[in-house]
Amino acid sequence: MAFDYNQFIRAGKLPHIWCPGCTYGIVFKSIIRSLDAIKQNKDDLAVVSGIGCASRLPGYLDANTLHTAHGRALTFATGIKMVRPEKRVIALSGDGDATAIGGNHFIHACRRNIDITVLVLNNFIYGMTGGQHSPTTPKGHIATTMPYGNIDPNFDIPKLAIGAGASFVARGTAYHVPALDKLLIEAINHKGLSVVEIVNACPTTHGRRNKFKNPTDQLLWMKDTFLPAAAFEKLPPEKTEGKLPMGVLYKKEDATEYCENYDAMAQGVRQKIEGRA
Amino acid sequence: MSKTKLLQGNDACAEGALYAGCRFFAGYPITPSTEVAEFMSKELPKVGGHFIQMEDEIAAMGAVIGGSLAGAKSLTATSGPGFSLKQESLGYAMLTEVPCVVLNVMRGGPSTGVPTGPGQSDIMQCKWGTHGDHPVICLTPGYVQEIFDETIRAFNLSEKYRTPVIIAYDEIVGHMRERVEIPDAGVIPVIDRTKPPKGLDKYLPYDDTKGDVPPMANFFEGYRYHVTGLNHAPDGFPVNASPRIQTDEERLIRKVDGNRKDICKNETYKLEDAEIAIFAYGSTARGAKDAIDAARAEGIKVGLFRPLTIWPFPDEAVAEVAKKVKTIIVPELSLGQIILEVQRVSAGQCKIEGIFRVDGDPIYPAQILAKIKEVK
Ligand SMILES: Cc1ncc(C[n+]2csc(CCOP(=O)(O)OP(=O)(O)O)c2C)c(N)n1
Ligand code: SF4
Repeated sequence: MAFDYNQFIRAGKLPHIWCPGCTYGIVFKSIIRSLDAIKQNKDDLAVVSGIGCASRLPGYLDANTLHTAHGRALTFATGIKMVRPEKRVIALSGDGDATAIGGNHFIHACRRNIDITVLVLNNFIYGMTGGQHSPTTPKGHIATTMPYGNIDPNFDIPKLAIGAGASFVARGTAYHVPALDKLLIEAINHKGLSVVEIVNACPTTHGRRNKFKNPTDQLLWMKDTFLPAAAFEKLPPEKTEGKLPMGVLYKKEDATEYCENYDAMAQGVRQKIEGRA
Repeated sequence: MSKTKLLQGNDACAEGALYAGCRFFAGYPITPSTEVAEFMSKELPKVGGHFIQMEDEIAAMGAVIGGSLAGAKSLTATSGPGFSLKQESLGYAMLTEVPCVVLNVMRGGPSTGVPTGPGQSDIMQCKWGTHGDHPVICLTPGYVQEIFDETIRAFNLSEKYRTPVIIAYDEIVGHMRERVEIPDAGVIPVIDRTKPPKGLDKYLPYDDTKGDVPPMANFFEGYRYHVTGLNHAPDGFPVNASPRIQTDEERLIRKVDGNRKDICKNETYKLEDAEIAIFAYGSTARGAKDAIDAARAEGIKVGLFRPLTIWPFPDEAVAEVAKKVKTIIVPELSLGQIILEVQRVSAGQCKIEGIFRVDGDPIYPAQILAKIKEVK
């Protein structure tokens, strides 16, 4: 039997706003398959996003969904998780949303290791506002605010997340779909803050200005560029030039989780008071 | 048995919040508001609530909205520069109709200004700080007991009208210590958000067909709805270029403006036979009372109008005063902000005189008395 996506799609809210050739639809379906695989109860799930094309995704997903302000998904998500730590919280951002305007929240959420799954849909550009450069735009690429080629140094999102203290960090792409499904399942199941960078294509504002004639060129670039982490590590340095690892890049099993730490502290406080009473 | 405590204004705010059922606080330290965060960090774990110090005020405001959507009455506290940072998400809470309380302990400004001195120059920011057209409820207590009581009222109004409520008082009342009576739980009524009935086929979070304040479901309670800062239809999903945008924004303003009788609160002091009125709130109103007593001792008929709800502005009540007196004096810890509202509503019916001070000192009774004598 064909997979039933409708169980997680909000009836009547399609068609989506994404352009033909945008890979966000691929990611959307991968998210749905992973939620199905873990038998996620929809009532117990909150999906929080910021602003941008990527951040429109929760509107189509049948859950408790929150489309917040640019860059702020993780702040709202933190409030939800603190108040209802037993519920599942997924935060979803574009690269600009998560690492430019929301960069401070991103590193601090990682530092706390609060149990939120953070999906960063990296299309290397600001899609919604029309192709301005983002903190992940490759050097030399044309953007509407880098008309002579990008000179901005950029972030490696997984390295940023690992440095900031996230306990699970992974990278997937919209090309390597079965692997992405697996990563999402593992990330969502992980207790603690998990970051998955999901490499995407924005043919409309990035691809066509940068020698990707059509959307498939960007997918083929992903195919050639991203290697499974284990294979990547075995390569000599000269062979990794221009390539990047994907898969689980970092996992710390024994890191303590923020809400659990808080609740343990609070319980201790209450016991002390009761002991005195 | 009610408890009597000697409390600082900021601590009274925290006590009031706990009394009102606040169970989540997210904040970022800033003088002169920090004691609220310190108090909440100590007390919330004891009552099963949660406290978090976020990385900045923007984050704190977001967390408070998230916390409220997840079902906890939520508070944040800040001062000038931090209040500025909260503005974008404060507007978000207005449009998305998420109840929460935001305390702004006013200090001098602009910029870092006078961190440890009192100010009242954020009063227009309280009204117009965020972008767009929106309603604002802002309370301005002036005594420590009143901070306790008004904080409970702030939570009640925010839950009742599904909107953020701002409390704004100056550093003087925030740091002043006075006797506060804290009644037993249940003595002061506490209002909780109206929830939709269970088992509806379809829950519409912004359905205005039965009134201006639609019932609010919390996340995780069975109605999986969408919340967005985009203008939205009754089901919460974005709409573009639709007459609905205008009617919905008018509803937001109406749910505050149309309920002024319930929301507005003010106090008068020796105003009945006054020929001169003083319009003041917060610490300046306290100084004004002393000046009024001194002036009355010299036979000058002067009285006070003191708003406890400053937004929406008490238009009708101040217009009434303007009709009866020769002059209204407006002492303000700013270079003239709320005086503009007094001028607007008095519409030329009496003279308006200001006393403006921004040097980090309070406006002393003697200063107000001198002005009373000058305009007599
Ligand atoms: C405070 C604020 N600044 C700027 C914007 C304008 N804005 C909307 S989306 C966006 C960029 C989105 O880029 P990204 O997060 O990478 O997501 P994408 O659209 O590429 O999926 C910007 C700058 C805004 N909405 N709010
Ligand atoms: S602009 Fe780019 S990111 Fe946005 S929907 Fe179109 S292709 Fe996707």
